[in-house]
Amino acid sequence: MSGLPHSSLERQRRRAAWLFLLPMLIVLAGVAGWPLFRTVFFSFTDATLATLDGFQGVGLDNYLWLMRDPVWWRAVWNTLVFTVVSVGIETALGLGIALILNAHLPGRGLLRAAVLIPWAIPTVVSAQMWGWMFHDLYGVVNAILMGLGLIAEPRAWTADPDLALPVVIAVDVWKSTPFMALLILAALQMLPRDLYEAARVDGVHPVKVFFRITLPLIRPALMVAVLFRTLDALRVFDLMYVLTGNSRSTMSMSVYARQYLIDFQDVGYGSAAATLLVLVLAVATVLAVTLGRVRVDAGR
Amino acid sequence: MDPKRMIGRIAFGLLVLGIVVWAVFPFAWAIITSLKAGSALFTVEAWPSQPSLANYAAIFKEQPFGRNILNSLLAASAVVALSLGLAVLAAYALGRVRFCGRGLLLFVVLGVSMFPQVAVLSGLFELVRWLGLYNRIGSLVLSYLIFTLPFTVWVLTTFMRELPKELEEAAMVDGAGPFVIVTRVFLPLMGPALAATGLLAFIAAWNEFLFALTFTLTDDARTVPVAIALMSGASQYELPWGQIMAASVVVTVPLIGLVLLFQRRIVSGLTAGAVKG
Repeated sequence: MSGLPHSSLERQRRRAAWLFLLPMLIVLAGVAGWPLFRTVFFSFTDATLATLDGFQGVGLDNYLWLMRDPVWWRAVWNTLVFTVVSVGIETALGLGIALILNAHLPGRGLLRAAVLIPWAIPTVVSAQMWGWMFHDLYGVVNAILMGLGLIAEPRAWTADPDLALPVVIAVDVWKSTPFMALLILAALQMLPRDLYEAARVDGVHPVKVFFRITLPLIRPALMVAVLFRTLDALRVFDLMYVLTGNSRSTMSMSVYARQYLIDFQDVGYGSAAATLLVLVLAVATVLAVTLGRVRVDAGR
Repeated sequence: MDPKRMIGRIAFGLLVLGIVVWAVFPFAWAIITSLKAGSALFTVEAWPSQPSLANYAAIFKEQPFGRNILNSLLAASAVVALSLGLAVLAAYALGRVRFCGRGLLLFVVLGVSMFPQVAVLSGLFELVRWLGLYNRIGSLVLSYLIFTLPFTVWVLTTFMRELPKELEEAAMVDGAGPFVIVTRVFLPLMGPALAATGLLAFIAAWNEFLFALTFTLTDDARTVPVAIALMSGASQYELPWGQIMAASVVVTVPLIGLVLLFQRRIVSGLTAGAVKG
C-alpha cells in the first residue's frame, strides 16, 4: 500500500481517464490527423489519383501554380464575399428573430417552429428546392417578380454570373439564419430579468436598452456563434456545387480543391489548394480569438 | 388601445407573418411541385389542378431511392452508435477527471470539428482505398466520424460536467471503479442527453454530401443527398424536377417531424457546446 488512499484513488482515476480517451484519440488520429498530414504531404508532390503510391516531390511548384491561377483567386474572392455577406446578414436577421422570439408575444411558438424548418432541411435539398424556385423558365421567383412588375422578363438566376453569387448567398441566409437565431435566443434567455425591470422603471428607451444592456451582455455568445458560422461558411461546398455546379462565378475554395482532386485527378495540386484553405481557416480562428476575444470553453 | 399602438401591433404581426412565410414557403412549394405530374410541372399555379402521386411512385420505381434511403439510414445509425460509444468514455475523462493536457485536448477536439472536409479528402481517399471500402457504406461510416465524434465528445463533456459529484463519490465509497461509474451510474442518467446529441449527429451524418459524393460511385451505393443532387431523368438535359422534389419531401418530412418534436432538447443540445449539428 502506497501513500494515502485518496491520492491512489486519484491516480487510478487519472489512469482510467487516459484509457477512456485512448479509443477516441486513435480514431481521431486515423480519420483526421493522418489524412490531414497526407494532404499536406501530397501538396508537395505530383501525385495523381491513379498513382497515389508512385509520385515525385515537386517542392513548392503546386503552390506557385496556384498563385498564378486567376480561377483560384476568383475562388478565394467568392469564398470571402460569400462568408462576409452571408454571415453578416445572418447575424443581423438572427438577432432580430431572436429578439422577437424572446419577447413574450402571441404566435411565438408558431414562429419558432417555422424558423426551425429551414434548419432541419438538408443543405442539398434546400439547394435543389431553391434551384427549382429560381429556374429560368418555370421558376416561381420569376413568375412572382414578373407578376408584381418588378422585372420585365425572366432572369436566369443561377446562370447569370452577376446574379449567381447573390442567389447562393440568399439560399445560405435562408438555411442558416435559424441556427444563428437559436444560439442568440439561448443567450438572451439567460439574461437577468431585474436589469430590464430597473431600466424600465428608470424609463430608458428600449433602443438604448438594447445597445447598452442587451448587446454587451450577449456579446460573448454572439461572437462564438459568428465564429462558428464563419468557419462553416469558409469551407462551403454543397450549396455552390448543387446550385451552380463548378461554375467559376460562384466556385468556392472547397469546390475548386475538390474539382482538381477528384474530377481532374490532380491530387498534388488539389491538395495544395486544400492546404491553403486550412491555413485561411486557421488565420480566421486566430484573428477571432485574439481580436474578437472569443472564448470557446466547454461548460463555461 | 390608442391607434398608434394598434398600428405598431399590426406592423409587428405582419413582420412575424412575413418571417413565417419566408421560412415555410420553399418547402411548401416543393410539396406542391412534387404533386404535379407531366406538363403541369411547367405551369406556375398555387395548387395543381390534378394532383398526382406519380412522382413519388417514380422515385422508388425508376430510381433506386429506397436503396439510397437504406444506405443513409445504415451509415448514419452506425456512425452515431460508434460516436456515442467512444464519446461517453472520453466525455467522462474530459468532464470529470483533472489531468494535465485536458484543455489542450478539448481544443484539439473542437479544432477537428472545424476542419474543412476537403482538407482530408485525399488522405481519406487513400485510406478508404487501402481498406477496400471504396463505393461501400463503410467508407462513409469511417469518414463521418470526423465530424460526429468531436461533436458528441464536446456536447457530452459539457453534460458530464453538470452531473452531481456526490453520485460519483457514493459509488466510489462502494468500491466502484471508473468504468462501473460510467456505465452503471452515469449512463442511466444520460438518456436525454444521448438522445439529443445522437439525433443532432444523426442529422449531420444524414445530410453529409462531400464524402458521400466522393467515396461512392454507383447509383446503388449513393446516399440520399447525393441521389437528390445527381438525380437525372430520361435525357441528360432535362432534370426530373418533379421527382427531385418528391424525393426531397420524402426525406425532409421525417426530419422536420423529429426536429419539431424535440425542439426544446435540440436547442439546448446546440447551445451546450455551441457546435453546429
